[in-house]
Amino acid sequence: MASTQVNPTRMELTRLKKKLATAVKGHRLLKDKRDELMREFLDLVRENMALRRKVEEGIRRANTNFVVARAGMSEEMLRTAVMAPRQEVLLEQGVRNVMSVDIPVFTAKMRTPDPSDIYSYGFAFTSGDLDDAVKSLSDVLPDMLRLAETEKSCQLMAAEIEKTRRRVNALEHVIIPETKSGIRYITMKLDENERSTQIRLMKVKDMMLEEAHGYKKKQEA
Amino acid sequence: MYKIAVMGEYDSIYGFATLGLDTFPVSGREEARSTLRRLAEGNYGIIYMTEALAAELPEDLERYGGQLVPAIIRIPGVHGNTGAGIQGVKDSVEKAVGSDILFGGEA
Repeated sequence: MASTQVNPTRMELTRLKKKLATAVKGHRLLKDKRDELMREFLDLVRENMALRRKVEEGIRRANTNFVVARAGMSEEMLRTAVMAPRQEVLLEQGVRNVMSVDIPVFTAKMRTPDPSDIYSYGFAFTSGDLDDAVKSLSDVLPDMLRLAETEKSCQLMAAEIEKTRRRVNALEHVIIPETKSGIRYITMKLDENERSTQIRLMKVKDMMLEEAHGYKKKQEA
Repeated sequence: MYKIAVMGEYDSIYGFATLGLDTFPVSGREEARSTLRRLAEGNYGIIYMTEALAAELPEDLERYGGQLVPAIIRIPGVHGNTGAGIQGVKDSVEKAVGSDILFGGEA
């Protein structure tokens, strides 16, 4: 604390003591927040990884199916087939609060409840492989939505954990030690002042007694 | 009510149109950028983007990373999986924990 200037006064001491109490309380709270966030995050990120592997595998399979479908149809035919979709996915977005982090909750709604509405084309002029491809992609969709939710949540929580960790560290390693050494400095300075006042008083008393009674002269005589 | 968008090269994404997602085939960085901005400011809650395209727009993804919506999610394209999506999950673990303690050993 020697680097920064502190006024060695009682008022400053009281202020620093209050600051220390707040910092310690804040540190404890933030640490709890960090631990809880971390716990939630680890669960979520494991789920995220599992979903991602599943979705990537599903999309890979669907893509293979689409390549096969494409091989059996003309380019124009395919483009026309997928041009006017009958199904539409609408997304309702809610917010869940985990330890002051807002994370999204997505609920998907299909415009029509009929599961066969994903086939937006007539079956007469398209290959059966296209049906398989569309079906395989449609099977992945629920996982994809869930993936979007968890992955976004993980990103937001990771950012918040990083921020909280920095705060905890700053409090633990900078603010609290600095305040403590400031308090020590002031206490010592005040004690020192008190001692020096004491000595001064004793000295003055000696001088006054000397003047009143003149011990030294009596001794010499 | 939000909608869902899919961005990438046409071959990778046309299938999603049948499911009722809005597909936006883009080619080239600038076009992708302006489309992404339009979608993000528009009514899209989730934007799925092929890994190849996402690799070209790292700053833009970072800009939307801190916001609640849109969630920009990388998906593998028709040309195969680059591993960028998995890497993204590992990155967030690394950001939160300090090092990748969960999936470090896995490929």
